[in-house]
Amino acid sequence: MTTRTNGTGFSRRGILLGATAILLGTSLLAPAQADQPLRVVGIHASPVENAWNSRLHEALTEAAAEGVIEYSFSEGISSTDYPRVMREFAEQGVDLIVGEAYAVERDARAVADDFPDVAFLMGSSGQPHGDNFGTFGTWNHDGAYLAGMLAGEMTESNIVGSVGAVPIPEVNLLINAFEAGVLETNPDARHLVTFIGTFFDPPQAREAALAQIDSGADILFGERIGTADAAEQRGVPAVGSLIDYSDRYPNTVFANAVWVFRAKLDAAIADVRAGNPTGRDYTEFSLLAQGGSDISFVEDMIPAEALERMLARRDEIISGAFEVPVNLDEPG
Amino acid sequence: MEMIAILGSQGLWEAVLRIATPLIFGTLGALLCERAGVLNLGIEGIMAFGALIGWLAVFNGTGLWTGLLVAALSGAVFGLLHAVLTVPLGLSQHVTGLGITLFASSLAYFIFRLSVPLAASPPTVRPFQPVELGLIGDIPFLGPVLSSQTAPTYLAFAIALVLMYVLFRTPLGLAIRMTGENPHAAEAQGVNPVRVRFACIMVGSAMMAMGGAFLTLSAFNSFFPTMIQGRGWVCIALVVFASWRPGWALTGALLFALVDAYQLRLQSVLEDSIPYQLFLMAPYIAAIAVLAVTARRARVPQALMKPYRRGER
Repeated sequence: MTTRTNGTGFSRRGILLGATAILLGTSLLAPAQADQPLRVVGIHASPVENAWNSRLHEALTEAAAEGVIEYSFSEGISSTDYPRVMREFAEQGVDLIVGEAYAVERDARAVADDFPDVAFLMGSSGQPHGDNFGTFGTWNHDGAYLAGMLAGEMTESNIVGSVGAVPIPEVNLLINAFEAGVLETNPDARHLVTFIGTFFDPPQAREAALAQIDSGADILFGERIGTADAAEQRGVPAVGSLIDYSDRYPNTVFANAVWVFRAKLDAAIADVRAGNPTGRDYTEFSLLAQGGSDISFVEDMIPAEALERMLARRDEIISGAFEVPVNLDEPG
Repeated sequence: MEMIAILGSQGLWEAVLRIATPLIFGTLGALLCERAGVLNLGIEGIMAFGALIGWLAVFNGTGLWTGLLVAALSGAVFGLLHAVLTVPLGLSQHVTGLGITLFASSLAYFIFRLSVPLAASPPTVRPFQPVELGLIGDIPFLGPVLSSQTAPTYLAFAIALVLMYVLFRTPLGLAIRMTGENPHAAEAQGVNPVRVRFACIMVGSAMMAMGGAFLTLSAFNSFFPTMIQGRGWVCIALVVFASWRPGWALTGALLFALVDAYQLRLQSVLEDSIPYQLFLMAPYIAAIAVLAVTARRARVPQALMKPYRRGER
């Protein structure tokens, strides 16, 4: 249940060398045979240390280590450059391009139109497009809801706080689900929400979290890295998002709304191999029931009854008896 | 009224000093460069590089102060580059500065990628801890606010005081200001404007880099390639706000930090009534509003952005 990962066993130099080899090789090779690894490229708008990209990168390197795919990647690609990089890889005849269309929704779809033989699997706020432009949402809200249930029972001040980046639908979804979870176990709780207005400013996220603790919050949900640093400093428990932060912040982070990319990747790979159109929405593979997200937690930091109730709810989500509300509106 | 109560809260003033520190370093650095007549738009990149290299030094086992020193030295090297291009070669200071920002931030990213193993979240160092102040810590309100700060914050204030003294109370300061106002006159008085400009740009850039290093060695404990987030540009604006005076630069940085810390707290108090974007804008709106008022009587160094060529009129 706890989803934890170590290093991939890949050295950076190995990956870079591998990437170079793939780049040189792709122009010479014919389209993939069924038994050959799929040639997959990751185009990351941020450095791969960014929590969201790290999830993609990890699943892709893992799949490459298993021999399912050959993986190369490009990172820190600005929006103005992004379609060009997509085009460059597509021209090299790769099988599948994985990336993010959030800042380039229209241009990314135009690239996909020009390369009907290449499959695309893109994080996107929009709809799938044509036969080859598949999309997915970062819907790890099931885990956020479950972590919220724990937070609702663990708060003593009845005030919990969330620090988010920018209120885009996927961030809102997460924070709203956390709030719904808190309110299920603690209808009287107050939920403070702060947006820092940027995706990459850990010191600012830390300041926002300190401000919430000053306002009385005694459990923090960190949609952004930096939040748990404030929690750690003030001895307040915290919840992480996307990746498992319990090792980075021991005795502070007690639960994480973990997001797993592998399920989406595998679904897309299967479609490419089977020759099915990939222009579909892969978001369902982000859900807990599909193994696309989960809650990870540190058992001895959580009261036993609270844990029990949460796990019961988790089972209901998996069985389909309970559905976490999907609310994409800005919180507050 | 919760809004007013926040202004008297200890947490707010602790945050003000923390948020202001990198801005104080950066603003003083930019101010020193401009006092000598050279605009240094390399600040954003120099801060990024300082943030990386200071952190990287500590990550590789040096002490925190050594890390800060390494950052300062790296800043001085970029300053040297800027000085070579803008002083003897007399290139456009805008273009050179922006070029240095692009170069330094990309180089920081490159070095980071080469020297730190890939991980889901970047590795950490143990950052500066709050300083024990002994008796001062017992003063009501002020004591706890001060003793929650780390040593580089005090260093920033100390640098501001030193800069105030040097610029306005020493022959060296007079030479710097003269070089920024009229390098030909300075030369006639036996001051070497080229040397003064080199020194000021290098020392100023070192301060900028220390501001960046504060982010990775005190405000946070990891490096992210994109973490400066425009703080350098804020410093450039604060220099104008300060009318090129170090005391006002200090005040401006604190004022900006106050509005920032205040808006973070107001977001939780007034979450239902006002869109959060307005709060995020607040520090910048405040900066523009103050600039609009102060810029009229700002005393720009007269030779700012003018290359000095010996014997030329």
